[in-house]
Amino acid sequence: MFIEVDGVEKVFEVRKKTGFLKRERRQVRAVDSLSFTVARGEMVGYIGPNGAGKSTTIKMLTGILTPSGGRLRVAGIDPSRERMRLAHRIGVVFGQRTTLWWDLPLIDSYRLMHRMYRIPDARYAENLDRLVELLSLESLLDVPVRQLSLGQRMRGDIVAALLHDPDVLYLDEPTIGLDVISKAKVRDFLRELNTERGTTVLLTTHDLQDIEQLCSRVMVIDHGRLMYDGPLAGLHEAGESERTLVVDLERELPPIDAGPAARVVKVEGPRQWLAFPASESAAPLVARIAAEYPLADLSVREPDIEAVIAKMLRSLGDTPKPPPDRATA
Amino acid sequence: MGERVRDALRAYLLIAGMWIRSTMIYRTSFAVTMAGNLLVTGLDFATILLMFSRVDSLGGWSLPEVAFLYGLSATSFGVADLVLGSMDVLGTRIRDGSFDTLLVRPASVLAQIGADHFALRRLGRITQGAVVLGWALAFAGIDWTPAKVLLVPLMLAAGAAIFCALFVAGAAFQFLAQDAAEVQNAFTYGGTTLLQYPPTVFGKDFVRGVTFLLPLGFVNWVPAAYVLGRPYPLRLPVWTVWAPPLVAAVCCALAGLAWRAGLRAYRSTGS
Repeated sequence: MFIEVDGVEKVFEVRKKTGFLKRERRQVRAVDSLSFTVARGEMVGYIGPNGAGKSTTIKMLTGILTPSGGRLRVAGIDPSRERMRLAHRIGVVFGQRTTLWWDLPLIDSYRLMHRMYRIPDARYAENLDRLVELLSLESLLDVPVRQLSLGQRMRGDIVAALLHDPDVLYLDEPTIGLDVISKAKVRDFLRELNTERGTTVLLTTHDLQDIEQLCSRVMVIDHGRLMYDGPLAGLHEAGESERTLVVDLERELPPIDAGPAARVVKVEGPRQWLAFPASESAAPLVARIAAEYPLADLSVREPDIEAVIAKMLRSLGDTPKPPPDRATA
Repeated sequence: MGERVRDALRAYLLIAGMWIRSTMIYRTSFAVTMAGNLLVTGLDFATILLMFSRVDSLGGWSLPEVAFLYGLSATSFGVADLVLGSMDVLGTRIRDGSFDTLLVRPASVLAQIGADHFALRRLGRITQGAVVLGWALAFAGIDWTPAKVLLVPLMLAAGAAIFCALFVAGAAFQFLAQDAAEVQNAFTYGGTTLLQYPPTVFGKDFVRGVTFLLPLGFVNWVPAAYVLGRPYPLRLPVWTVWAPPLVAAVCCALAGLAWRAGLRAYRSTGS
């Protein structure tokens, strides 16, 4: 197995001021006996509510944090012990912080990577050409990073993380804040990277579409524990997720009767929200409403990943869950 | 070990080079801050000149002798400030999370954070210190011997190393308290100001404290007294004049340990 996580835990000690000089020490279990493996070439979505332990896991896998217990291997390397050796094998993209040099042309950041990772000249040139072409950054190489749009910068960061041909790519919220076109570009690229190069990809995201379009496998973490590990379809099932049709009528009307296919969840003046199963097509529903009601406008909202997870966790509610942290005196 | 040091140095130079290029994008701004830096550090010595316009000696030390102290301290501090002066960004990097991005690179974290925000404008302090030192060496009436010729560059190097160690130790402290940049500055910037005045100006216990507690006194006062042929402070034995490199080595080792401990604490707590 390429990534092996076996009974890994991470306990933080949090000191909280309780009085003028009194401090209470609390142990917070950010990751609790986490076990999973990822095979080479897999593309896995790693999701969970905020504070569930996602980034703590990624930080342990990239060698930033040392686990408090358990065994962890990436490409046969113990990340926390051999941080630098691991660095040559992994690429990391932190969605919300760029590693590019703000005032310098984009190409300068890549030249730094070239030298810092000691990438052989020929391979660097080849990788740069290929990546820049795939992510359509050719015309932007000489533009200072501060002048790039968010989407361009994200693509720029992805190139920087891949110049040294890593075996694993960790992406933390790679599409956050991007417009639809940029999102599509990033996703197309990741799919291609995965199929052509066999790069293992592990991504955390809040965007369910990222997962739907990219990952055959999803891991859901909550309170530091792995709650689900399997295909996305299974997650939908477990969460019985729903999409929402937002309907703007020409005037205020009583709740729409759309039959058993959908139910009205909210009415606000002429606007109504209808929930229908995520697995169903919206077309018959839209056709029916358009035929029977004075329709002004409508839009479909994808299920919110948080909502899907919340539902799933609730449906798993009968499994006993330990408290998120244990107070010690 | 040697290879690791060479790799770290290489990473340092790569990153410092990027910062220099970033600075050079704004040439005018660079020229202005550079001139401002020279002016401010110049005013620093002007304070001393101003004092000497009222008195002939400060604690029994003449103007060229004080200039010697000043020049040595300012130059060695200037070198350390140029090399590691921006390490206090560590706290900010930890708070905004960008510190993590350094840990996934195949390079020493110390080298990366040391080169962070590398600022050429800090050459101003070195230039000004070197000018004052040159003037002092010419006019302090030093009775030159081979030992003294050897001692002056040694003092500069040891001084720079001690200040570097202080910068690293201060940064290591920031792993524990991320708003500690000011505490660090009190030691480094405060230390250099202190050393620009002869020890006799200050109280005896204070001098003892500074000499031993903070090894800064070794940068200047002890060997300077020897070079200038002045009575030794605190009746120390004469061999202590050669202590600076030793003290510097010990300081660097301690700072290195503190840094490693700090980094380990960070990696186990993530904050």
